[in-house]
Amino acid sequence: MNALRIFGAGWLMNMKSMLRSSLFVFTSLVEPLIMTTIAFYTVKAGGRQETLFYFAIGAGVMGIWSSTLFGSGGAISWQRWEGTLELLVASPPPLIVIVVPLTVATASIGIYSLTATLLWGRFVFGIPFHLAHPILFVVGLPIAIVAMGLLGLLIASTFVLYREANALSNMLEFPIALVTGLLFATSILPDWMRPLGWVLAPTWAVRVIREGALGGNPLFEIAMCVLLGCVYLVLASYFLRVLEVRARAKATLALA
Amino acid sequence: MTASARVFLLGGITSYRALFNWLRPSYYFPTMLAGPLFQLLFFAYLGRFARSESDAFYVVGNAVQISAMAGVFGMALTIGGERWTQTLGPLLATPASRFAIFLGRAVPNLAQGLIVSTFGFVMGWLLLDFDPPLSSVPSLALIVLVSTISCTAFGLVVGALGLRLRDSFMVANPAYFAMLLLCGVNVDVDALPDWLATISSVLPLTHGIEAAREVADGASLSSVGGLVLTEAAIAVAYAAAAFFMLRYFEEESRRNATLDRI
Repeated sequence: MNALRIFGAGWLMNMKSMLRSSLFVFTSLVEPLIMTTIAFYTVKAGGRQETLFYFAIGAGVMGIWSSTLFGSGGAISWQRWEGTLELLVASPPPLIVIVVPLTVATASIGIYSLTATLLWGRFVFGIPFHLAHPILFVVGLPIAIVAMGLLGLLIASTFVLYREANALSNMLEFPIALVTGLLFATSILPDWMRPLGWVLAPTWAVRVIREGALGGNPLFEIAMCVLLGCVYLVLASYFLRVLEVRARAKATLALA
Repeated sequence: MTASARVFLLGGITSYRALFNWLRPSYYFPTMLAGPLFQLLFFAYLGRFARSESDAFYVVGNAVQISAMAGVFGMALTIGGERWTQTLGPLLATPASRFAIFLGRAVPNLAQGLIVSTFGFVMGWLLLDFDPPLSSVPSLALIVLVSTISCTAFGLVVGALGLRLRDSFMVANPAYFAMLLLCGVNVDVDALPDWLATISSVLPLTHGIEAAREVADGASLSSVGGLVLTEAAIAVAYAAAAFFMLRYFEEESRRNATLDRI
């Protein structure tokens, strides 16, 4: 019960805090719109107008992923810079209970990205907005977001030990978008690259949202999001425990 | 060594090392090499999937544009970082030549932009379908140099805004991503609506990328001379604007006591 209360309070506080960051909101809104526009002109140049909605959804999910990554990379660093990381680590609840709401909140902000992208596509480029399975879309969307948030948690958990967290998180945006097929089908990637995407939540998250919107049966993809989310949670919990102890032992917890 | 030359050289080197937390490889490689490389690969595969342009189109566009990682982000961080670490006030309290201070901070980022850009071209050649004629390499190098200079001059403008705004990333982030759309990096400028194409024509890199694509396709340097000169003129215009803005915002922030506001 306590963990749930901490999750609720932490999620709300982090949402409020991030919504006050003009940089965060601006990044969540502007970057996906630019990506959608690039995708629109790229598709138009290729003469594949029928896939516009496909690309618009992909750009929106890429926005969710960007804000998750940005927030996850910053989750530990920001606390470190503000001098609150040591207080959080020293507080009675396990660190994971404190970090989970932070990363899920960053993914939740991504809803801005998805909404903005779909509205931009609808009103600026006239991309038709029609949901093939509205119920599956509504059910699948939060599951997809939480799965991406938990991947953010796994990434953030490994950042406890590293001062270069921000550099690493900035670097991960395009490679993960590349191997998970956020904007294009992974079938065009080299064979060896495809399995990398199978263990990454955005691969399944984008399929959940696409199949909910364009048609198909996303139940397997939803199950994969749930499964991967659980795996990330277990791994992150382990990493946070081990790395927290190591960071304390090496006295690097507060080093910015 | 004159005082200005010393400020230019030592100040620039120290600031550049600080930019990467004293040049740790663990910070430098992900930021300056891995990130840009994956950006290039991402757009090349997007183009393949959409069946729009060739790999060469994306390699040239992105390899030139990733110089903005140093030119725009580097410059924004260099000036923003002084504010963040509370050294901006002491720095601007010195009587040192402002020209030497800021040029010293721009030159290492310019050199870095060239390295990143070259890395992008080499990786594009190794990993994608990009094989320009060997004879085009010197011309390409010259065009990349001019483009990187204009990008760094633009970065200096972004950095100058960092004197005025609390967070220079508010400008640097959208500027970097807007370049992906507006400078002909991933979308042909001719495909953009007229008003966007007009904006595109006054941004850095647009003419350089167009020239680089033609040269990589076998055209001679003289045939793209007009584009290269336009890119150079844009560089001069941004550099002049940046210098004026730096002076103006410095005076403004002194007057309003906002220099150290974070």
